[in-house]
Amino acid sequence: MSHDWYSDFVNSGIGKTIAGNLGLPPVPVLRRWEPGQPLLSGAALLGTATANGRVAKVVRAVLSDAGVEVHEDPQAPIGGGSSTSKVAAAVVDATGLSSPSDLAAIQGFLTPVMRRVGSSGRILVIGDVPAEADRPAVRAARRALEGLVRSAAKEARYGATVNLVHVADGAENDLESTLRFFLSSRSAFVDGQRLDVGTVPGYAGSSAGTDWDRPIAGKVAVVTGAARGIGRTVATTLARDGATVVCVDVPSAGDALARTANDVGGTALQLDITGEGAGEAILSHAQRHGGIDIVVHNAGITRDKLLANQDTDRWNSVIDVNLNSQLAINDILIGSPDDTGFHRGGRIVTVSSMAGIAGNRGQTSYAASKAGVIGLVDATAPLLAPKDATINAVAPGFIETAMTAAMPVGTREAGRRLSSLTQGGLPVDVAETIAYFAQGASYAVNGQVLRVDGQNLLGA
Amino acid sequence: MASPRRAAVVGANRIPFARSNGAYARASNSDMLTAALDGLVARFGLADERVGEVVAGAVLKHSRDFNLTREAVLASRLSPWTPTYDVQQACGTGLEAAVLIANKIALGQVESGIAGGVDTTSDAPIAVNEDLREVLLAANRAKSTAGVVKALAGLRPGQIVPEIPANREPGTGMSMGEHTAITAAHWAISRTAQDELTALSHQNLAKAYDAGFFDDLMTPYLGLTKDNNLRADSSVEKLGKLKPVFFPAGADKAEATMTAGNSTPLTDGAATVLLASDEWAAERGLPVLAHVVDAETAAVDYVHGDEGLLMAPAYAVPRMLERNGLTLQDFDFYEIHEAFASTVLATLAAWESPQFCKERLGLDAPLGSIDRGKLNVHGSSLAAGHPFAATGARIVPTLAKILHENGGGRGLISICAAGGQGVVAILEA
Repeated sequence: MSHDWYSDFVNSGIGKTIAGNLGLPPVPVLRRWEPGQPLLSGAALLGTATANGRVAKVVRAVLSDAGVEVHEDPQAPIGGGSSTSKVAAAVVDATGLSSPSDLAAIQGFLTPVMRRVGSSGRILVIGDVPAEADRPAVRAARRALEGLVRSAAKEARYGATVNLVHVADGAENDLESTLRFFLSSRSAFVDGQRLDVGTVPGYAGSSAGTDWDRPIAGKVAVVTGAARGIGRTVATTLARDGATVVCVDVPSAGDALARTANDVGGTALQLDITGEGAGEAILSHAQRHGGIDIVVHNAGITRDKLLANQDTDRWNSVIDVNLNSQLAINDILIGSPDDTGFHRGGRIVTVSSMAGIAGNRGQTSYAASKAGVIGLVDATAPLLAPKDATINAVAPGFIETAMTAAMPVGTREAGRRLSSLTQGGLPVDVAETIAYFAQGASYAVNGQVLRVDGQNLLGA
Repeated sequence: MASPRRAAVVGANRIPFARSNGAYARASNSDMLTAALDGLVARFGLADERVGEVVAGAVLKHSRDFNLTREAVLASRLSPWTPTYDVQQACGTGLEAAVLIANKIALGQVESGIAGGVDTTSDAPIAVNEDLREVLLAANRAKSTAGVVKALAGLRPGQIVPEIPANREPGTGMSMGEHTAITAAHWAISRTAQDELTALSHQNLAKAYDAGFFDDLMTPYLGLTKDNNLRADSSVEKLGKLKPVFFPAGADKAEATMTAGNSTPLTDGAATVLLASDEWAAERGLPVLAHVVDAETAAVDYVHGDEGLLMAPAYAVPRMLERNGLTLQDFDFYEIHEAFASTVLATLAAWESPQFCKERLGLDAPLGSIDRGKLNVHGSSLAAGHPFAATGARIVPTLAKILHENGGGRGLISICAAGGQGVVAILEA
């Protein structure tokens, strides 16, 4: 990984002064999750846009269950402080909007909040799903939230994030894991994004009894590409959250794979996922663990070439590893028995990319595969619903890995700074999002693609 | 007496074998055995677990490695509470280690165990010259300074020449290759037959790699992902161009048949195999590839007894067949260690010989021939290489997996060893 010297400099004593005088962009140090960390490091403000809001009650219940002090007045003095003292988070129940005029209430609440949210603070706006509204005024109001949130995210400072959750009609009681994810430091590098809850019908599950320090305790997870990089961190994170992890990678990466498996107390499966029978081999290996609860399709390759210089073998190798292997394995998982195969209530999480959303020069094959992943998620989500299972994707932006360390300095610095959080993310940021999708408690989150990119300007 | 339960072969891990002074030139026996163990631990999720026993050994061993296996286990991801011991039976070490564990499992003394072997001819133990050693020991024994000085006065420049271990039989002073050249000549094993067996070994091993056969038997190490002695394009024609390197004493050099191609090279590497009771495997949801049915060892008097150095398996196998009521043809697969191509061929020739079987084995009829299509079907030591002690722990899981993939069957393992010894075993699936 390439060290971020600029971040070190502007966060040092003298560097902070110099950077301030020169007007250099600051690089906030993001709060990241560790077991036992409280949901929030301080109090929360809870605003409601209308009298018809349907989620404020649920939000209040989750916050008080997590021991968070909640105030409704955005200027409430907190902990003996003033009306401007810092808060850790602000949540807006923006459901029930009947026209764009209702947005003013949200502005009225958030305007004082923008200066009150502390470092690595959280602003979460929860609205209705625009597509569920027929009336133009209602749909316009709902859709307006996205512009508000994305702009507020660019305005927020000190590592604070602003995100939007759409909650489908009737899904207001299925929000707990999502609220906890976006409010906690697990979502450190997720900024200016939107996620829909309950939009794929037929879901079932419960968050009751979840140990939020080990939300996937006792589950069996399969992680492809686990030998190194982001995959290794995903394996580590899922193990930290309680899962037994089957670590999969190509046989030629077997030594690094063995290290990962031994480090997480899991098992190593050396397998070419593009080979015939790869899905069966994974299922067969997982028999020793009693089947599979979670599959993370993380393995991916790049064979970058300008389209003008591309050749079909290189093209096919990218499509095969990044896309066809996932399709084939998913078919096997979906067709496997509930008890000994891919379990009822299982979770598939796959990895897309910012390149798949925005495109990237020289990455036609990679971007095609990663955009394809989004299509795969869209179409697979309803197929999994009858199994009470879900499929979601994470789309990483600039993440500090060996791959980004090999970039030219200019490209790397642009990748880091051209984002609202003015830095690259860490592999663990991707892993935390995957771990959230993997939770049993995320049963109502299906068919989603969530960017983990610090609101990178690319593809925004 | 109730017959004891049969030990199961659950799985294995080895590192690719490397030709001497190559990829593993800087790796010690301890490093390689630890790496092989860690890959096995990862494959079967044994991190921090205590297995019944780990039994392994090396043929070429530094004196500091007196507890080689224990040190490797302590450096590995296995529980440090795992007991171990070292064994050494030359090239039979790995198989003997597996037999020892299988026997303890059969008797219910342990539920699981790991057998292994490792050898390096690159990081070989070099000892001080024998004269120098005597001087140093005398100095050590001296009780006064004057005594020490007197003893050290015995130092001479010539003593600086170290003693390097050699592939030589202490009893005869001849190398293993020279011994085998005699055997090859005795059984009239042709150069072509040896080269054919060699080429087939390479081709079979290459095919096994291509089919992913080793994906769950091997973990890469120090940049190697395959045995680097393997020549996938090996052929009788190419092998035929090599000059003989071993000559039968006193015979015409033109009749020599043994080359660097149809002999195994000096090799570095390590192998491990996980054995367990069926219950232990079932509790963990692990597969049983095959069971260990029986084993036998034999030794021949190659010094005075007019028998070839590597011919002991020819005696061990019929004794084991007799005990199990089997004939040589009652096997679906044969794994005969290819120390030299001629070793395999001489052993097969002996079993086919009415005279040998009558005079040496005391049998009325010869054991007969085997279906060569069932022999070393995924290659053997000529292609993979032969880190002495590791070979048995390579062959046991290879045969077990072959039997498992075959949907059942019976297999024979035969390994010859230095000192005129042999270890053989039967697996069934």
